Amino acid sequence: MMKYAVEVDGLVVHRGRNDVLRSISTTVPTGAIVGLLGPSGSGKTTLMRALVGAQRITAGTATVLGLPAGHPRLRSRIGYVSQSPSVYDDLTTRQNLAYFGRVVGAPSRDVDRVLDEVDLRPQQHDLVRDLSGGQQNRVSLGAALLGSPELLVLDEPTVGLDPLLRRDLWTLFRSIASQGTTLVVSSHVMDEAQRCDRILLLRDGTLLADVTPAELLERTGTADADDAFLALVGAAA
Amino acid sequence: MNPRLTLATAGRVLAQIRHDPRTIGLLVLVPSLLLGLMAWIFTDTAVFDVVGPALLALFPFITMFLVTSITMLQERRSGTLERLMALPLGRFDLILGYTLAFGALAVVQALVAVGFAVQVCGLDVAGDPWLLVVVALVDALLGTTLGLMASAFARSEFQVVQFLPALVFPQVLLGGIFVPRDRMPDVLHAISDWLPLSHAIEALQAVSSATDGTGTVVRETVIVAAFAVAFVVLGAVTLRRSTR
Repeated sequence: MMKYAVEVDGLVVHRGRNDVLRSISTTVPTGAIVGLLGPSGSGKTTLMRALVGAQRITAGTATVLGLPAGHPRLRSRIGYVSQSPSVYDDLTTRQNLAYFGRVVGAPSRDVDRVLDEVDLRPQQHDLVRDLSGGQQNRVSLGAALLGSPELLVLDEPTVGLDPLLRRDLWTLFRSIASQGTTLVVSSHVMDEAQRCDRILLLRDGTLLADVTPAELLERTGTADADDAFLALVGAAA
Repeated sequence: MNPRLTLATAGRVLAQIRHDPRTIGLLVLVPSLLLGLMAWIFTDTAVFDVVGPALLALFPFITMFLVTSITMLQERRSGTLERLMALPLGRFDLILGYTLAFGALAVVQALVAVGFAVQVCGLDVAGDPWLLVVVALVDALLGTTLGLMASAFARSEFQVVQFLPALVFPQVLLGGIFVPRDRMPDVLHAISDWLPLSHAIEALQAVSSATDGTGTVVRETVIVAAFAVAFVVLGAVTLRRSTR
C-alpha cells in the first residue's frame, strides 16, 4: 500500500487574475482523516477540486493514489462531494444512488449498504427535493460512498447538520478510515478539527499549519480549536 | 463511450421526467392543440395543407429545444455535471443518454401530433403518414441536440429562453413557411440552405405533397440528421472535466 494517498508539491492555482493557491506542499497519509480548515475564501474548495481533477493546476504537482490528479484511472477511485448537494432533486434518494452506482460500476447491493450508512433508508423513496437540507447533504455524501473509493474528498459535509447527526457522520468517517480509506474533509467548525488525524490550516491560499490536533493546541498554547485558529490566523495577519 | 452508461443515463433522465407529469403533458399535447388551432383558423382554405406539414417540423423542434436546454442547464448549475465529470462517465455517454431519453419522448410526441393532424385536422398527406412520423422524430432530435449544445453558452434559464428568438426564430422565418425559399432574395435563399430547419420543413412538405418524393425526403432527412450528429459532437466538446 502507498504511504501517502495524496502528495502535493508547490501547488499553485490561478483563477483568472486571482492567486487562489500559492505554493502548497503537503502529504496525506493513507488511511488518515485530514481536516482542511480555514476562513471562507482561503482556498479549501479549490485545493479539493484540484485533487479530484476538476480544477486545472497552474504550477506544481498533485499526486493522488500514485497518479497525477485528474488522471482518468482515478475517476472510479475517488469519491467527491461538493459543498452544495450535487444530486438530482427530481429523483428519489434510491434512484439517485442507483444511477451514481451504475456510473462508478458499483454492485447494485451497494445502494442498500450506503442507504444504511447515511441513515436514509426511511427516505429512500422520497424525492430529494422534499428532503431537509441535512438529508439532501447525506444523499450527496452517500453517492460518493458507492463503490467504496480509496479516497474521499468531502467539502463541508456536516454543514447544516444537528450535533447528533454530525457526531454520527464523524463516527462513520472514522469507521471508513479504519478500513484503509483516506478522507480529506473541509470544515468551518473548529471542534471538528479535533476529530481529525491531521489538520491543514489554510489562509489566503497559503498553508499556515500542517499539524496534529494536539500539536495545534500546544503550538498556540490554547485550550480549544477555536482559540487556536484565531491565534494562528491572527499571528499571520 | 460505454453503452451501459449511456443507457443508465437515458434511464435516469426519463425517471426525472416521469416525476414531472405536467411537462410530459405539455410536450405531448401542446403541438396537437396548436395544429388544431391552425386548422381551425384556416377552415375552408387550402392553407393548412401547405402550412400543416411545416408546423409538424416546427413544434417538436421548438419544444424539445426548450426542454432539453433547460434540463441540461440545470445539470450544469446544480453541480451534478461537475460530479459526473469527476466519475468514469464519458462525455458522449452523457450527451447520447440525453438524446436517447428525449428521443423516446419525441416518438410519443410525433405519433400524437401526426395522428392528430391527419385523423382529426384532416391534413392531406399524399405520401406515407408514417414517413411524417419519422421526419418529425428526426426534427425533435435536432431540437434536442441543439438544446444540449446551446445550454453550454447560457448561464441562466433566462438566457436559454432568449436563445429561442436568437437561434430558432431566424430558422423559422427563413424555413420556407411564410415565403417559399426559392422565391426569397438570393442571399437569404443561400443562408437558408445552411439552416437545418429549412431541410426539416422541406422533407415534411415533400412527404405530404407528392408520393414520388421519397428521394427528396430521404436526402433532406439525412441532412437534418447530419446537423443533429454535429450538434451532439459540439455538445460533447463543450463538456469540460476541469475549469481553468
